[in-house]
This record gives sequence, structure tokens and C-alpha cells, in this order.
Amino acid sequence: MIIFERDSWQEIFETMSKNKLRTFLTAFSVAWGIFILVILSGAGNGLKNGAQSQFGNDAQNSIWIEADHTSLAWNGLKPNREIILTNEDYKSIRNTFSEIDMASAVHKGWGSKPLSYKKEHAGFTVRPVMPDHRDLEKAKLIKGRFINSSDIKSYAKVCCIGKPVQEALFKKEEPLGKFIDVENSKYMVVGVFKDQGNGDNNRIYIPITTAQRAWNGKTNVNTIWVSTGTASLQRSEEITNEIRQMMAKKHNFNPADKNALGVYNNNAEYVRVMNMLDGIKIFVSIIGVFTLFAGIVGVSNIMMIIVKERTKEIGIRKALGATPASIVGQIMMESIFITGAAGYTGLVVGVGLIELIKSIGIDSEFFKNPDVDFKMAIFSVILLIVSGAFAGLIPSLRASRIEPVVALRED
Amino acid sequence: MIKLQKVRKSYHIGKNEFPVLKGIDMHIKPGEFVSIMGSSGSGKSTLLNVLGLLDNYDSGEYHLNGILMKNLSQTQAAQLRNKFLGFVFQSFNLLSFKNAAENVALPLYYQKVSRKERNKLAQEYLDKVGLLDWAHHLPSELSGGQKQRVAIARALIAKPKVIFADEPTGALDSQTSLEVVDLFKDINKQGITVIIVTHENDISKMTDRIIRLHDGIIVSEQKEIINTP
Repeated sequence: MIIFERDSWQEIFETMSKNKLRTFLTAFSVAWGIFILVILSGAGNGLKNGAQSQFGNDAQNSIWIEADHTSLAWNGLKPNREIILTNEDYKSIRNTFSEIDMASAVHKGWGSKPLSYKKEHAGFTVRPVMPDHRDLEKAKLIKGRFINSSDIKSYAKVCCIGKPVQEALFKKEEPLGKFIDVENSKYMVVGVFKDQGNGDNNRIYIPITTAQRAWNGKTNVNTIWVSTGTASLQRSEEITNEIRQMMAKKHNFNPADKNALGVYNNNAEYVRVMNMLDGIKIFVSIIGVFTLFAGIVGVSNIMMIIVKERTKEIGIRKALGATPASIVGQIMMESIFITGAAGYTGLVVGVGLIELIKSIGIDSEFFKNPDVDFKMAIFSVILLIVSGAFAGLIPSLRASRIEPVVALRED
Repeated sequence: MIKLQKVRKSYHIGKNEFPVLKGIDMHIKPGEFVSIMGSSGSGKSTLLNVLGLLDNYDSGEYHLNGILMKNLSQTQAAQLRNKFLGFVFQSFNLLSFKNAAENVALPLYYQKVSRKERNKLAQEYLDKVGLLDWAHHLPSELSGGQKQRVAIARALIAKPKVIFADEPTGALDSQTSLEVVDLFKDINKQGITVIIVTHENDISKMTDRIIRLHDGIIVSEQKEIINTP
């Protein structure tokens, strides 16, 4: 095989190094194409990572229902009336829509409360919730368990605590089975969790029923949080609307009064942003592919010129005994080598730049961890090599078919 | 060594046919020193290309070293050229980006001779044409005569049976031309058949035999009788 012969490589390097500008121009168009592709793909991934980290902390297909004060008069009632949701509302919402697969209700639980264990004291949020809350928050259990339905039924004084809470109160002590003091009542630690969203860790969860009883909250609920499972965006929008109608009827307020009851569809936000990002990604890929295409056209163009330029040289070589196969082989190898090496250079420079950006830490809410789609980059290098070979093949085949006498005549 | 029987060749330009060789019969024995003469358009270069397997012919028979040269593939022709034939051109046809030694070594590259061996032989043949000191110079740094001597060394390195020279002195002054022809004479004395295409009488009269071509046919094949004063 011609590829494994040291001499043919020497011949190629000689030819290349003695045509430096030509070699450089060919190499540059390829390196540039790959470089742009890598940078664009990195930036696209950065955008996507940023957006996903915005949504990734909580369940993405969830609806958040929050009661407040009315802002519009309705049925003879004055505005600024407080709307209070109850356990009953939670149950009726949960039971009305078969699409709802997870639901939780929260009773108060904003702002921090003083917690203590033995001689350690710390202030953390105490949030009374339902068992599904962990899935809605996408919190991971490190040890023990979360609040369960029998805790809810039995008004159990148990809590599941965040990692920072454990660190603050228990240091290195085992927390499970120990009792935390919350406003003079003791709650047994049954689990420790960790949440992707950093702020979501600084809290402890207790059963909602326990809190309602302990804090004299009747059956009041401040927020209801449900997830609509695999329901489509359209369906989740319908559910959002129906919940508003349902609650307006029950609590006697104007359904158009956004201030009385906030119903927020996270899914709609998520889908909207993801659609936009998909659009950006497609746009970026199109730019990348076209840049690559420009590189390919560049290679094939320059290979055409190289062969044309070398017609005479090829004629001389053939007169001296070069076989057509050796001519094709030499030009192909040169083309593949230049494209391969240049493509690799572009890849390395592009990845290097992305890593540099990463290490400088240009992170914002919507731009995080710019990453190179390595598979795509490798794929495009292979694609360039193949196109380099293809671009070299046709002109070199044409050159190899030229009668030496015709090639020699050209001056 | 070379035997042509009724060899014909014509070029096709558009729908027109231009016969160039109109039935050439020729016989060149091994070790001969022959010149082919003729005016421009007489077909002498075409004849040389056919003889050198650089071009095909349409009909007739061409035997080289007793083998019929017909319907050769490009690969076969290339291998035969590499093994049996050496070429010297009017415009030297050296590769401009290779130095003298590399140019001389090129035919051996296609014989898969090792680089070391190639370089050694290249030095040896450059020495034979008196250019050993110029081995590492590019063609652009050499004079016309030097370039032609490099080309001759290149033609010789593969130890060919026949050397074809197409107007080898066409681009040289008369003094250099004589030196080059002397070089061909020396080569011929080593037993290699040398065929020179030229239109210069000074050159052809130094060869053993002159084949005159006119309008695609051979008009005379005998050694010229030199007019002695």
C-alpha cells in the first residue's frame, strides 16, 4: 500500500513544503470551517445549558396556583378581599384532572424560622408540604425518606431536611431519628435531601397537616403545585384555565382577576423557551453546515487548481514512469492529509477557545458551560477528509488519464 | 531494438482528421546513434512520442526490444517507459521544486528503489555529467546547459535501453549544444541506443544515421555524405 511507504510520504511532504502558500490556503479553508463549526456548536450548547439549568431544578410540566387578594369588584363584593385556598381545593383540583400525576400543597412556609438541635441553632425555612413535593422539586434523597401519606394522615411530627441544615445542626452526627426543635415543638428527622436548585436546599419539609394543626392554620393552603404529566402544552393551558374558572366560581371572584389567584403554567414557559432554543440550534447548525460546505467547496476548488497547475509535472512524472495509480494515490493522499491535519488543527483551536471561555467563566443565566459537541466535530473532520478525498479524486483521475504527451505540451 | 511497420497516426480536431504519420517503416538496431530530421509539421515529434510510448498510434506495428507495443494500458506504458526508455526534452522538463539530485532520482522512485540507494545513484550520475557540485541546486539556479545535463542524468539513471531526445539542443547556444551532443555520443558508446530529433544539421551530422521525415513519411534513411572541402 502506497500509504505505508515512507517514500510516498516524503514525496508528499516535499511537494507540500515547496508549495507553502498553496498548502496553507487549502489548509486554512478547512481549519476555518471546522473552527467555526466548533465555536457555533459550543455557543449553541452554552445557550441550551443555560436555559435548561433555569428550568432543570423543578418539574417542567407543572402548574403553580397561588391565592392572594382580589383586585376587582365581583358580585357586589369589594376588591382587596383575601382569597384563601383549603385542603378541599387541593383535593378537588387533584381529582378533577386525570392528567395530574403529582400534586402538593404548601401551608405558609416562607421566611426562615429558628431551628435548634442540642446546642446548635440555625435559621431555615420550614415548609409544610405533601409527599409529592419532593418529585415536584426534583429533590434527591441522600438518606432516609421524605414525608409520606401516613405522616399526612397522622399529623406526624417528622421532617426531611436539606443538606445545609444537616451540616449546620448536626455537624458530623447522624441526623436520622434525632429531634429538631421548631418553635418549641420537636420534629424527628426522617430524611436528608439535596436539590439541584441551590436555594431550595436551605429548608426543612414537614407534613402540611402537622403544620396546619400546630400553627393554627385550619385547613388553609397558600399554594397548590401540580404536575400535568405527559399532557400536551395545549392541554396544560386548558387545565390552567379550568383551574382558574373552578376556583373563581368556588371563591366567588372575577375569573379575569389575576391578582386574586395566580395560576402559572411552567410548561408553557418551558416549551416556549425550548422551542426558541431549538430554533436557535437549527439556525446555528445551518450556519455551521454552510461554513463547512464553504470549506469543502474551497478544498475541491483548490484541488482542481492544484491538479491543473500540476498537469505538466504529472506529464513529466508519467514520462519518467509514474503509473496512473501512483499519480491518483499521491494527489489523494496529499488532499486527505491536508484536510485531515487542517481539520484537526481547526478542531483543536476551536475546542481550546471554548475551554478558554469556560475557564474565564463567562456564565450568565442564559449562557452556561459552552460545550463542544465532540461527536459532531469528529464527524465533520471525517466528512472533510472524505470530501477532501472526493475533491482530489475527480481531478486526479482526470489528470491520470491525460496522455503524457498532451501534458508535456502545456507550457 | 526498434521496428516500425506501416505505422500511421492522425489527429482529430473537431470533425477533421489530420494525418501526421502516413505509414512509417523503420528499423533501428541496438546501439545505434540516430537522428530524426524534418521541418516543422513533418511529424518528427509525433514519431518520437509514438516511439517513446508517450502517445498511441492508429495502425501498423511497433516492436520495441522484440515486443509488440499495441493497446498498452497507461500503466503498462508507464512501466515500460520506466524500464526501457529515457527522455530528454527541449524544455528540460525538470520539476522546479526539486533540486538537481532529486530530479535525477525521480525515475528510481517509481521503481521503488530505496531513498538511500536513489540518492547514491543520483550523485553518481550527476558526477558522470559533471554536475556533482550542483546536486543541491534548484533548476532555476542552473544554466540551460546544466539543466539539460541534469535531464540527461535523469534519463540515464534507470539504465534504459533507448534514450529519446526531442530537440535537446533547441534551447542551447552552439557551444553548449556541442557539449551535450558529445555527452550523447559517450552514452551511445556505452551501448545505449540514442535517438535525437532535431532540425539542426550540425547536430545530426554527428550521429551515425539520419532519418529524414517529410510530410509524415520517411524520405531518406542514409548517413549524409559530408561534403569535404
